[in-house]
Amino acid sequence: MSDQLYQDQIVALAKARTGAGKLTSPTKSARRDNPLCGDRVTIEVALDGEGRIVEFAHQVRGCLLCQASASALASVVVGRDASGVAAVRHDAEQAVGREAGEPGEPFSAFAPVAAHKSRQECVMLPFEALKDALS
Amino acid sequence: MTFDVAAVRRQFPILSKIIDGQPVHYLDNGASALTPMAVLDAVNHYETTSRSNVLRGVHRLAERATEAYEGARARVGAFLGVPATEIVFTGGCTAAINLVAYSYGSLLRPGDRILLSELEHHSNIVPWQLLRSRSGIELDTLPVTIDGRIDLDALPRLIKPETKLISLAHISNVTGALLDVRAVVDAARTVDAKVMLDGAQRAPHGPLDLPSLGVDFYVFAGHKAYGPNGIGVLWAKPELLDAMPPFHGGGSMIGRVTFAETTWAPAPRRFEAGTPPIGPAIGLGAACDWMQSLDWPSAHAHEMALVQRLMDGLQQIDGTKIFGPASLQGRYPVVSFVLEGVHPHDIAQTLDSFGVAVRAGHHCAQPLMDRFDLDGTTRVSMAPYNDNTDIDALLVGVAHAARTLR
Repeated sequence: MSDQLYQDQIVALAKARTGAGKLTSPTKSARRDNPLCGDRVTIEVALDGEGRIVEFAHQVRGCLLCQASASALASVVVGRDASGVAAVRHDAEQAVGREAGEPGEPFSAFAPVAAHKSRQECVMLPFEALKDALS
Repeated sequence: MTFDVAAVRRQFPILSKIIDGQPVHYLDNGASALTPMAVLDAVNHYETTSRSNVLRGVHRLAERATEAYEGARARVGAFLGVPATEIVFTGGCTAAINLVAYSYGSLLRPGDRILLSELEHHSNIVPWQLLRSRSGIELDTLPVTIDGRIDLDALPRLIKPETKLISLAHISNVTGALLDVRAVVDAARTVDAKVMLDGAQRAPHGPLDLPSLGVDFYVFAGHKAYGPNGIGVLWAKPELLDAMPPFHGGGSMIGRVTFAETTWAPAPRRFEAGTPPIGPAIGLGAACDWMQSLDWPSAHAHEMALVQRLMDGLQQIDGTKIFGPASLQGRYPVVSFVLEGVHPHDIAQTLDSFGVAVRAGHHCAQPLMDRFDLDGTTRVSMAPYNDNTDIDALLVGVAHAARTLR
């Protein structure tokens, strides 16, 4: 059961560490903790004058699912404004089974998480931090 | 002396189940232990033959329920080596600590100090912080050594004339380290401070003789000691119970109620407002009897042989590191480890696919994790019903995680 969870695509996303690190001059940032497991995500964004993300970075102290999610988010979020970010979030919510519909790439990799309710927060934590950063 | 682990395992119905095609390798006893048939039968007997409220009814079911409830108190007292009248049933171990923090805490004054340690469970930190907010007391913390023990060398420095209470884990729920209680009690007596032990991780490993420990308060949880959920125990010296005001008000804890004034029942009833958790208390009494029935020297030797097998096996897996005492001396069968490059939750999730249940994360000990800059650990916590197959299945799973997740 868990072996399916850690399928190659998710492991590859985590190892890619896309967007991992810090920005030199972020416009906004936010940190989110999951008090149940202690995972911690910090998101930094640089925004243009119209609120679009021009740079994105994350620091994850968390599990492989959280790392993979942050990495996937980093791969698609640059160039998006708040509504564009919301669309990406729908992909993640659909992937983990919280919303109906087919998730877009690369979030389809997270489909096995739908069977592990206790781990869905791990996938969503970077999105929560990004929401805080943009609010 | 050999320990018949198979005979013990047969008493725990869940251990013979196949769940999702996997046997049950239950190594999360530090979170909640399994319950033997003797406990399930005791609760079932109450529910099917004596179900009613306790203390006030005169009908025969109430008489039977009261007898069973007070009998459970006597069984818990026997397990701890103290009179039943000094046993207070609570909703859990956390509830017991909160009771002491509120009731004993109300006797403290601004400037009084309470000494904790860096490795305490949140339940032995937060109630004292709440007390600090209410009453202006101060908190001090003993540091932890590199091998996960409370650093008692710091006691002389941190015990002050204002120290009124030292509250520490009898056994760390993260590192498995056993506290040198005598050293703490001796130090406490130099300033006439009281000593409370959080026995959540110690009670599941055999009967205690609290008078010989020399402590003033002891608390533990029923569900970690093979009993039901929703029941915990506070023991305190009778003179302390007598001095402490009630925590909760309501039925059963009163002497006489008028709108002008209410008087309190004597302990332990003073601290058991409302209908208590009757079935869980009866189950805990049965759990204490069950623990008393084990040959603990043999059971403990068996548990520690499992610890050695675990430690030896983990050392064979590249990148593992034990967080806690490296030897079997002064420790109990709670073992935390980290695997370089793999998050503890991913280890625990992988182990689940091998039928192995462990706990991963901060173990409600975030200050300890911060102290050692850890994201968390994977914790293996054992009970007498565990056997070599449990440890071997875990080691296969950890090796698999090491191969596939980094």
